[in-house]
Amino acid sequence: MKNKIIYSLTIISFIFLFVIFYKGLKKPNFYQPKSELKKNIPYFSSINFFEKEIINSEDIFNQNKFYLFNIWASWCVPCKDEHMFLVNLSKINNLEIIGLNYKDNYENAKKFIKELGNPYNKILVDKDGTIAIEWGAYGVPETFLIHQNQIIKRIIGPLNTKTMKDIESFLK
Amino acid sequence: MLYSSLGYYALLLGFVSSLPIFFFSIKNFKDKQILDYKIITFSFIQLFLVFISFLGLIFSFIYSDFSNETVFNNSHTTKPLFYKIVGTWGNHEGSLLLWLLVLTLFIFIFLIKSRELLKKYRILTVLFQQIIIIGFFIFLIKSSNPFNYLFPVPKEGMGLNPILQDPALAIHPPILYLGYVGSSIIFSSVLAATTLNYISKTWAVHIKNWVLASWIFLTLGILLGSIWAYYELGWGGFWFWDPVENVSLMPWLALTTLLHCILVLEKRSSLSSWVIILSITTFTLSMCGTFLVRSGILNSVHTFANDPERGLYILTFLFILIFISLFIFFAFHKLEKDKSFSFSIISKETSLLINNWFMMYFLSVVLVGTIYPIFLDVLSSEQISVGPPFYHKLIAPFLIPFLIFMAIGPQLKWIKSEIIGKFYLVVIFIISMLISFLIIKKLNVNLLINTVLIGSALYLFLVNIRDFFSKKFKNTSQNLSHFGFSLLILSILFNNIFSSEIITNLKVGEKFDNNKFQIIFNDLKKFEEKNYISFKGYFSIKENDLEDKLQPELRIYNQPNIITSEADIKTTFFNDKFITMNTVKDEEYFNIRYQVKPFMLWIWVSVLLISAGGILSFFTRRIE
Repeated sequence: MKNKIIYSLTIISFIFLFVIFYKGLKKPNFYQPKSELKKNIPYFSSINFFEKEIINSEDIFNQNKFYLFNIWASWCVPCKDEHMFLVNLSKINNLEIIGLNYKDNYENAKKFIKELGNPYNKILVDKDGTIAIEWGAYGVPETFLIHQNQIIKRIIGPLNTKTMKDIESFLK
Repeated sequence: MLYSSLGYYALLLGFVSSLPIFFFSIKNFKDKQILDYKIITFSFIQLFLVFISFLGLIFSFIYSDFSNETVFNNSHTTKPLFYKIVGTWGNHEGSLLLWLLVLTLFIFIFLIKSRELLKKYRILTVLFQQIIIIGFFIFLIKSSNPFNYLFPVPKEGMGLNPILQDPALAIHPPILYLGYVGSSIIFSSVLAATTLNYISKTWAVHIKNWVLASWIFLTLGILLGSIWAYYELGWGGFWFWDPVENVSLMPWLALTTLLHCILVLEKRSSLSSWVIILSITTFTLSMCGTFLVRSGILNSVHTFANDPERGLYILTFLFILIFISLFIFFAFHKLEKDKSFSFSIISKETSLLINNWFMMYFLSVVLVGTIYPIFLDVLSSEQISVGPPFYHKLIAPFLIPFLIFMAIGPQLKWIKSEIIGKFYLVVIFIISMLISFLIIKKLNVNLLINTVLIGSALYLFLVNIRDFFSKKFKNTSQNLSHFGFSLLILSILFNNIFSSEIITNLKVGEKFDNNKFQIIFNDLKKFEEKNYISFKGYFSIKENDLEDKLQPELRIYNQPNIITSEADIKTTFFNDKFITMNTVKDEEYFNIRYQVKPFMLWIWVSVLLISAGGILSFFTRRIE
């Protein structure tokens, strides 16, 4: 009798363990700071890279489109790698790519764009790096996908085939 | 292309050769008196085929055959040859193939080495082992095929994660696997022995070799992983209580306890339930480790590959094995009233049992710390991360009685021991507490727990030193391992208390001075290597006219494009000087982290001593 109780209790607890693990598997699991998601984008103002005019964030992300906010710099080696992905993404219609040129030298940045192509609809300048801090960026490169003023996806580090597909799946 | 297909078909054939093994085993089980030689032959064929398959994968890596998906994902033409070969098991598919290779190798060795044992027991062990082997075959072929064909053939591969390009990590997985997979033999064998009611002295003597061998490999495997984390991750720690480290520690804890229980079973024919449950637990935890690491259910610095579908397969397989073993345990194991198992309170058995329970406690702490976050996430969607303070708080206090019993236990006799003549134990205890008190007092780290903890470790240390001389090298292996363990705890404690760290930003030509010592950034040079560019910083540390030169590195790997920071470590007898540098984005400044870590060398040495005890025991038994 006592044996049977132990037997069934063990079985039940292992079944419970199985269910938990099973459910745990189904949960999406990537390193994504939770607090940063579904959050409204920060308000900021910056200078336009080419036109050198002051521009407010409200005037940038104001349409019913998807925006890709990409932090980059000419001195950043991985940025060169991800650039071709950005160029590819720039061909998509309902996506606007906004670049944030982070702590960069203007001439170098211009050369960078000239050599590798300009995927950006707008480039903003973040000379001292404060805007990146506002966004809570970890480093360069970093990319945020924005829709209706909310961050819906965040990619830390350079874009690659997989993250590009992820972005495209949002746009469908 | 050729090697890849060769490997694939060898793998398939290896899978098919499980059939005749099954067939002849079942036929032979009731039949004749002696073991059918065909079983051994087919086991060898299976081993041979898996070996060919593994070679096929290695050659695909050597020749950078990018039509093979595994090679494409994990290799690159500019990678040095050594890392091309090592890359074979640096990834999910390859490492599983290695698992399978060791599985088939071990069952073959088992068959050869168990000639004098009961035929039915040998056959049943083979059958249980085949269930595991088939499980791995299906898993490999179905969801992690290392020989997937890619078309069109890519020109260049994706490269191996640079932090894996390291000699210590090259041999770490195979050694760890030898330990893990060795526990599979123990598992199959214990199930077979339980079914036949064969758990006995003879069996214990035979299985102890397997337990010892797995234990040695597991210990060394963990040591290598830890050394790697120490100098490669660049955080200056050697154990981070990271889930992936924990999953290797848990089977180790279970296996260590099992080792002690087997001793009792061998000498006193008791604790059979402990032995059965621990054998099952050890293997289950090893499998669980594979599940947790490979499924991506846990977030960890080590999670290199993850795929939920694979996780589901391992999970199902794991639970099937658990239920089979539970069924066998409940259905066949007779809880005999241990007639021989009566002993007095002061005896070796008591201290062994007490420490078994402590080990189980440590195991539960690590288990809870590792899987509780999953439970919480599933049940309440709340995400927590369990860190070192949890483990330190729950483990450290309980180490005190554990260490004391570890010191006293070997001094006692089986069944019943006299207190008379054990006066020296009390004297040594008082001496060690006094020494520890003096050390701690001098340091102004006024903490009661530190005193007692160091005191008890010192106690074990001194008692063991005394044993080396007084016991005239009888039971040296146990003595050596326990001595190593005391040294390990002492080194870890001193390391924790005395470590110091400086973090500062410097540029070339600048120096940092804090009255005690100076850090001077002399120069920065650029080197181009085959698959990375290296920036080497030249630093000198000046302390009381003594000067040390250290050269940490920043490496920019080309494929994949990752920056790694290579620490430079100067190891001396008493401490390690550890320096890393990192970029501070756009400026010419570098972030310098300088650490002094006392007794680091002793941590590694003591673990080596622990395993040396095991190795000694393994070989002396052979000679006897």
